[in-house]
Amino acid sequence: MSIKILEKKVLADVSASRIVQIKVPSSDIAKKAKAGQFIVLMARPEGERIPLTIADIDVGKTTLTIIFQEAGLTTRLLSKLEAGDSLYALAGPLGQPTEIHKYGKVIIVGGGVGIAEIYPVAKAFKEAGNQVTTILGARTKELLILEQELKKVSDNFYITTDDGSFGKKGFVTDILKDLLVSCVKPEVYNLVYAVGPIPMMRKIAETTKPFNVKTLVSLNALMVDATGMCGCCRVSVGGQTRFSCVDGPEFDAHLVDWDELIKRNNIYREKEQHICKLLIK
Amino acid sequence: MRKEPVKIKEIDAKTRAGNFNEVVLGYSEDEALCEAGRCLQCKNPLCISGCPVGIDIKTFLHKITQKDYAGAYNTIREKNNFPSICGRVCPAEYQCRIACVLSKKGQPFATPQAINIHFLERFAGDYGMRCSVSAPSARNSGLKLKKVAVVGSGPAGLCCAGELARAGIKVIMFEGLHKLGGVLRYGIPPFRLPRNILDCEIESLKNMGVEFVPNFIVGKNKDLEELFKDGFAAVFLGLGAGIPSFLGIKGENLCNIYSANEFLTRVNLMSAYEFPKAHSPVNIGKSMVVIGGGNTAMDAARCALRLQLMNGIAPNTTILYRRSEVELPARRLEIEHAKEEGVQFRLLVKPQEFMGDENGFVRRLHCLQCELGEPDSSGRRKPLEIPGSDFEVDCDVAVVAIGLKANQILTKVTPALKTDKYGDVIVEPETMETSIKNVFAGGDIVGGEGTVIEAMGMAKKAAGAIIERLK
Repeated sequence: MSIKILEKKVLADVSASRIVQIKVPSSDIAKKAKAGQFIVLMARPEGERIPLTIADIDVGKTTLTIIFQEAGLTTRLLSKLEAGDSLYALAGPLGQPTEIHKYGKVIIVGGGVGIAEIYPVAKAFKEAGNQVTTILGARTKELLILEQELKKVSDNFYITTDDGSFGKKGFVTDILKDLLVSCVKPEVYNLVYAVGPIPMMRKIAETTKPFNVKTLVSLNALMVDATGMCGCCRVSVGGQTRFSCVDGPEFDAHLVDWDELIKRNNIYREKEQHICKLLIK
Repeated sequence: MRKEPVKIKEIDAKTRAGNFNEVVLGYSEDEALCEAGRCLQCKNPLCISGCPVGIDIKTFLHKITQKDYAGAYNTIREKNNFPSICGRVCPAEYQCRIACVLSKKGQPFATPQAINIHFLERFAGDYGMRCSVSAPSARNSGLKLKKVAVVGSGPAGLCCAGELARAGIKVIMFEGLHKLGGVLRYGIPPFRLPRNILDCEIESLKNMGVEFVPNFIVGKNKDLEELFKDGFAAVFLGLGAGIPSFLGIKGENLCNIYSANEFLTRVNLMSAYEFPKAHSPVNIGKSMVVIGGGNTAMDAARCALRLQLMNGIAPNTTILYRRSEVELPARRLEIEHAKEEGVQFRLLVKPQEFMGDENGFVRRLHCLQCELGEPDSSGRRKPLEIPGSDFEVDCDVAVVAIGLKANQILTKVTPALKTDKYGDVIVEPETMETSIKNVFAGGDIVGGEGTVIEAMGMAKKAAGAIIERLK
């Protein structure tokens, strides 16, 4: 039961860390998937099971779009596959969907490949009648993805790059802070939703905390089965152990134990480096 | 004068601890004849009542003594579709063997004098597999047009599928993972249940017409209502006990503290012992600690020890258990094997807190010594902490093997499916039917954690009720 890749597109290609988009058929997943959910896939029979967010679903609900950045071994092997090549396994939709309803004013922040994850959420928030303000951040202009798509579903739209090559030079949190400072009651923001590298999400949590704005983040904890069986993805949220795969992946950013998450995501760093050296030519 | 039990051949402890090959080699024909010949062929065979699926042990042992191995195989298959699996993983010393009249009475488990029924079951099972003895065929062709969904491909699901297929029912089996077998695949290591045996037994279901759908999560891809809409006449839920329990002590989320499910899934399902040939990693420590005393704990400890030896690390794996040796719930054979291979046991120990280094990796485990008090609700003597008996053990990888809770992926999205306070599915004990009509359940999702054969016993009962319903 292999899954043929229908399309492949390299969205960004900078300094040996490409961002790649693939489209795969799976009506069983597409029919059920909601914004915020993810799939788990195996590129090869001997490969790892890795979780990846569902970035988009076609109108007919027969295909999934998945966007990933080359990071560890599996994403590097995956990015070598072309249209017509097959995945070994694909399962989903997993995790709890984003709670979509009318909050009012929503700020959505995406950093790096995390932008792929906020796209379906931004779309759903917009459809639910929210005023959507989107802030995208990337290291440099070439790494910025889905700019046009997100612009379309946003009422307000900001871009930052670390090097200033596009949009405002600086970090997403600079804009976020400005927005939160400048808004006057009762025109306050009701929700901040952020996905990106852990340091970014942590900084966002720190930024929104003093303003008392509900802040959700989608965590990228390590997983194996991704159905609640192993507990590899456990995170401490408000002092309680939760499984990212079945309780998350979204949690209250102000309650996440970020130090623990960073450490747990480094459990296999040595082994990852070793196997990448061996297998990636 | 009664003959002595025939000892089973095993790979010597030193050799086997360095790889994942099967430890127990099984009986040769002569050995099987000799062991089966010890059976007294009791007029009222108690052993059968000890078997959760009621295998006609007396008859199959007799058939072995007559060298009618295919007959022995078929006798077992009448009640159990997976003799090669059960012959390897059944805790026979608590089941058929303790009921054997040759076993000394009043013991917590069978004594060595009891007939080695499990080894003979394995002998017959492997004979059937090797010689492609065809399984008893479909009995009830009137059910050919009926379609039943089996959810989960672990022991309960496999057993139910086999029973239904044999009655001529079309079975589609859904499995969430990429490979079939459930706990037999992700939980039980290859040195106890070789993968070719598991594959063969599953293949035999395929030959009976069972269709497998891996990577399909009922409750996510489709709910029960949709399955019925798709034309399934009944559904069997063999969802398993999927969620690992943790100790709930300080420091438990430090790096390199695994649930047994995660550790074993990485090693068994994902073949992490072949890293980097297989890509999923597992970390191997210099002082590996396994907490718990069941079969899962033994499996985890024996895997840990093998990983150490295979990676040039001096073997140092310790099982910590809060009661004493006699209360260890594991199969006696696994305990012996673990000991022979060099797993250390520290008994009457209760972990209190994990302590780590600056990078968040576990380094030490603070424990208290226990003594046994009065029996608790389980009937076993309750471990009581001895105040002031604090001590620490080195621990750079820990595996928590203290049990599992119900898998909730389906039950959470199916409010009509009644569950108890543990999240286990409530069934009518006679039929295994759940609170939803035509939905049946068995295995760990019903009884909490049990053995492979207990799961099969429930699945068989459910299959019988499904067949009755569909007639």
